[in-house]
Amino acid sequence: MQNIKIQYRVAKSRVVQGIIVLFAFVVTLPLLAIIFYIFKEGITKINWTFLTHIPKPVGETGGGIANAIWGSCIIVFVASLMAIPLGIFCGIYLSENKTSKLAYWSRLAVDILQGVPSIVIGIVVYFWLVKPLGTFSSFSGSVALAIMMLPILIRSTEETLKMIPFSLKEAGLALGLPYHKVVLRVIVPCGISGIVSGVMLSIARIAGETAPLLFTAFGNPYLNFNISKPMQSLPLLIFNYATSPYDDWHDLAWGAALILLATVLFLNIITKLTTKKWNVQL
Amino acid sequence: MEGMNSVKTRKSFGQIRMESFFKRSLITIALLMVVLVLAIMLTLLVHSMPTIKSLGFKFLWGKTWDPISDVYGGYPFLIGTLLTSFIALFISMPFAFAIAIFLGEYKPTGWLSNLLKNTVELIAAVPSVIYGFWGLIVLVPLVQELETKVGILPYGIGIFTASIVLAIMIIPYSASLGREMIRMVPAQLKEGAYSLGATRWEVIKTVVLPYTKSGLFAGTLLALGRALGETMAVTMVIGNSNMLPTSIFGPGNTMASVIANEFTEADHTLYLSALIELGLFLFLVTVIINVIGKRIIKKVTKE
Repeated sequence: MQNIKIQYRVAKSRVVQGIIVLFAFVVTLPLLAIIFYIFKEGITKINWTFLTHIPKPVGETGGGIANAIWGSCIIVFVASLMAIPLGIFCGIYLSENKTSKLAYWSRLAVDILQGVPSIVIGIVVYFWLVKPLGTFSSFSGSVALAIMMLPILIRSTEETLKMIPFSLKEAGLALGLPYHKVVLRVIVPCGISGIVSGVMLSIARIAGETAPLLFTAFGNPYLNFNISKPMQSLPLLIFNYATSPYDDWHDLAWGAALILLATVLFLNIITKLTTKKWNVQL
Repeated sequence: MEGMNSVKTRKSFGQIRMESFFKRSLITIALLMVVLVLAIMLTLLVHSMPTIKSLGFKFLWGKTWDPISDVYGGYPFLIGTLLTSFIALFISMPFAFAIAIFLGEYKPTGWLSNLLKNTVELIAAVPSVIYGFWGLIVLVPLVQELETKVGILPYGIGIFTASIVLAIMIIPYSASLGREMIRMVPAQLKEGAYSLGATRWEVIKTVVLPYTKSGLFAGTLLALGRALGETMAVTMVIGNSNMLPTSIFGPGNTMASVIANEFTEADHTLYLSALIELGLFLFLVTVIINVIGKRIIKKVTKE
């Protein structure tokens, strides 16, 4: 009798373990399905014309997404120029001042910023830049994306720098180095790989953002290099063309989705490989 | 001799000035973050004033949204947002907890769990517009088929489809946090239970889960915050109907998706400010959820 009960408990434990393992691995299926499907549909659409030409009007086959590729690169680049210095310096402040009142509020602000829905940032930047200037512009899109980059940059910098041994800083100060030199020449170089991976992760995160660009960069069917004018980007193109009823446009969207997905996954995997050493919590 | 000394002093004065400049700029930038958040809140508040003044809090309970006759009620979108988010949460929870238990308790190390951990993190990396596209082309026909079999109107698009896409997207958030929490359970507690003759599942059920319940709750809360604000994927598969949803298989709209759809079309002040008030509401709710979630995590990890 006793034996049967024990056997039952062990069996139950085994069955539950089986169910948990099953559930855990089922989750990978949708990701694999998405990657597989996008590659299957996208790979046949990509060729030289696709990468170097702009979309043709509805009804004509062919054409490419050069405007979106360039647009995405420019918007992300300008956003990075603004966000990276701010993010890193704010991260330095937070890691250097753990207990000050300003650090508390600043940290709270970063927490809040991280949770703000991206569409809300789009609305706000619309009122800050688009409405006063009277036109949608790629620059306003960059500002919106920069705001989204900040929390990731700040967190990764702060967490990385916190792990640098305090003795390094003490040694620098004991040699008579001024504070800014200790931070910029000793502490930051020690944590540079963690900071760089935070930068890459934040770029990967915003490269695929669509919602903040809807009311800022807006999209543009033509090639444009002027950051004060509306500009196309890969996610915007995917959204507009995927929800359109035309097959030609769907084809362009599949190709664009493949390029975007491949870029984002590549950046993430590279980051994974480099963060191993730092084990940064993001 | 004296000359050299004064050069040195001048140099160190420069250093001191540089040092205080550096410190001041760090403080300015940290302050900037606080200002940024306040400015976001203020902008939303100012621009939603027209609706707040004319409709007040009735806004969220009004059942009709009809921009042509200038009637704005956010109730259909409130319901749409709550339905999609909570159904998504409900679907994702078993999977997220399974991942957390597997990675935190059954197999914390090894290539298999590393692979699973990285795959789950990649789920969070895929842009939401790609989830939307995939949902539109692959998932919608599947749901349509299912709906035909069950015998209801086969819309395909709708609240249910949006919830499935959302569920996939939010799994990583609660799963990775849950894993961290489960790994923090002290080994002595588990060993104690094992030595009393508990099976593995009994240890999980009676020691690990009760010990981590507030951490798991915080993870679920953060996932909910994500789901509430998610825009693009939902917009693409929810069907964008401004009517109060009649069933979870019918089309609907969430607060985020109605903003995405109608913001650039809003041609008069009240219409625009009604959309912004939805944004303000979304902002406040996600802020509260996030702050509570982070507080719980901080408290749990400190203990």
